[in-house]
Amino acid sequence: MTSEPTPQTLIPAPQLQISPEKLTSARSESEPSAVRLFLNSRGSSGLADQGFAALMLLCACSIFAIVGFIFVILVLRSRLSLAQFGSHFFTHTGWDPVSGDFGAFPFIYGTLVSSLLALLIAVPLALGVAIFITELCPRRLKAPISFLTELLAAIPSVVYGLWAVFVLVPIMRDQLGPFLVKYLGWTHLFEGANFGVGLLTASIILAIMILPIISSLTRDIMQAVPNSQREAVLALGATRWEMIRIGVLRNSRIGIVGAVMLGLGRALGETMAVTMVIGNHPEVPHSLFAPGYTLASVIANEFSEATGDLYLSALIEIGLALFLVTIVVNAIARLMVWAVTRGAPARIS
Amino acid sequence: MRLSFLLAGVVGLSSIAASAQNINGAGATFPYPIYSRWFSEFAKVDSNVHINYQSIGSGGGIRQVSEGTVDFGATDGPMNDDQIKGAKIKTIHIPTVLGAVVPVYNLPGLNKELNFSPDVIADIYLGKISKWNDPRLAKDNPGVNLPADAILPVYRSDGSGTTYIFTDFLSKVSSEWAQKVGKNTSVKWPTGIGQKGNEGVAGMVRQSPHAFGYVELIYAAQNKMPFGAVRNASGQFVRASTEGVTEAAAAAAKSMPADYRVSITNAQGAGSYPIASFTWLLIPEHATDPAKAKAMQAFLGWMLDHGEAEAASMTYAPLPKAVQDSVRKTIQSIH
Repeated sequence: MTSEPTPQTLIPAPQLQISPEKLTSARSESEPSAVRLFLNSRGSSGLADQGFAALMLLCACSIFAIVGFIFVILVLRSRLSLAQFGSHFFTHTGWDPVSGDFGAFPFIYGTLVSSLLALLIAVPLALGVAIFITELCPRRLKAPISFLTELLAAIPSVVYGLWAVFVLVPIMRDQLGPFLVKYLGWTHLFEGANFGVGLLTASIILAIMILPIISSLTRDIMQAVPNSQREAVLALGATRWEMIRIGVLRNSRIGIVGAVMLGLGRALGETMAVTMVIGNHPEVPHSLFAPGYTLASVIANEFSEATGDLYLSALIEIGLALFLVTIVVNAIARLMVWAVTRGAPARIS
Repeated sequence: MRLSFLLAGVVGLSSIAASAQNINGAGATFPYPIYSRWFSEFAKVDSNVHINYQSIGSGGGIRQVSEGTVDFGATDGPMNDDQIKGAKIKTIHIPTVLGAVVPVYNLPGLNKELNFSPDVIADIYLGKISKWNDPRLAKDNPGVNLPADAILPVYRSDGSGTTYIFTDFLSKVSSEWAQKVGKNTSVKWPTGIGQKGNEGVAGMVRQSPHAFGYVELIYAAQNKMPFGAVRNASGQFVRASTEGVTEAAAAAAKSMPADYRVSITNAQGAGSYPIASFTWLLIPEHATDPAKAKAMQAFLGWMLDHGEAEAASMTYAPLPKAVQDSVRKTIQSIH
């Protein structure tokens, strides 16, 4: 058995291509390097450097300006309802355009519950899809599955809404609903009449809508984990599941949390599809079958026909509430990322 | 000297503008199909006038014409006193056509059209009648085998003139409704689920067994949906039709106020359909541009002479003769 030649003997060591004279000239203070001369000939200069930095700063500041502008306008336009209801607006249940009694609580509740339920359904599914594609999938299946997930992300939300009305609602009413009542009725989450529309249906359609975003981002993040990590874990005698858990998931957890947050962001603001199946009834539902309402839906529904200044102002304050809910949820998410990642790089726990 | 120069320039410009008049309006969605047909036909009559209409909703129409953003507005519910008081631009209401709202339902295996008493409809939406075989429903429909299933009330979740007309009717026929809920483009529904638009309500009712809802007559007619008859103030069960709606308007025309802000729901008369309403154009009393006022006046005259006759073919009910005559007098006052 002949021993294999070491790589060093096959690949010649990299050699310096620059002649000694050039090296010395580059070192001298008076004359700039060849690279510098070339860049100067292309018009690069200190001025361009500073100009570029200033331009980028301006771009970054525009984000602050846009957010600040939206906030100021929302507050200004809703000052009538702010003055009338104060902070009570956000905790009050009641939405009566006739008597002019407005409270945002049922909408905030509906938005948060439907979005969180959607995450509860979508995140495990999305993680499963991503793990399968990056770690377990036979090469032939990889492209079609990836393509289909991305296709799901490209479908407009009104199409999801129509599909939900004509397919998901009857399934919920006739099959899934009775099934849930039979086997999970003891949780008291599935009480009351089930007409197929309501919080649960809205959550399911939201879950389907955010699934492709979370899974395709998670897939990209997992693919970015260096193979050396996987090989190292496997070399230590880990099983495939241990390799995925320790080598892949641990390394990509920050990115995964980020992907989940993007999905949550879409779920919070989703309007059309939710409006079509949530039932649009502004009460705090006691059951997942009961109709609910979300912040985005009530604006889309009532803004164009809102008569009266207080009514309009209350609707704009709903927009303010949505803005604040998004900020608070994102802040909590940042805190979570921080809490998860405090403990430095991947380790076995 | 310079001022007169400027004035001459302005006059010159406005005379150019007068040769091709652009009039912008916005408002109600319900009459949008017939308005857009009228405006395009009127452009053939007078090629110098182009009327643009955006169906942004009655609320938006009232706001924009009151602030002077558009040249005219349109609304399905008349402006209330507060709105009139707060408006920067004072407008007059001109009734154009009539619409009606019909009850729709989904009862599998039923091949007979149902009758509804006004108080029964109110109590369905108040949650007091929750089963299809309720004795009061059975009394209105002798010989019909009504199932013992729960009723799913469906309402319009978006603000709409349809909801205004419907809740206006319910407020008249049920004191409990007037007290607890009231009338508006959107109200606090005691029970049921909301769906967006006529198509949303119709879609939900069509595919949910035991659902009950309300849609515009024109929508039900164009989509060949079965709908129920409603008992009117004279005690007759009437199925909605353009004739029945015009008859209700004729009955109300006798007590028509000068500003045309009148509700004709629950009108008297044996053939009157009770859930009906005018839809109005909102025309500024004093137009900023006299040429625009002239053009608008010409359009309204044409509408009475030719437009009304086309209404029925598009399932809108035309104005009764008496109302047409008084509108003809009113439009003379536009200047």
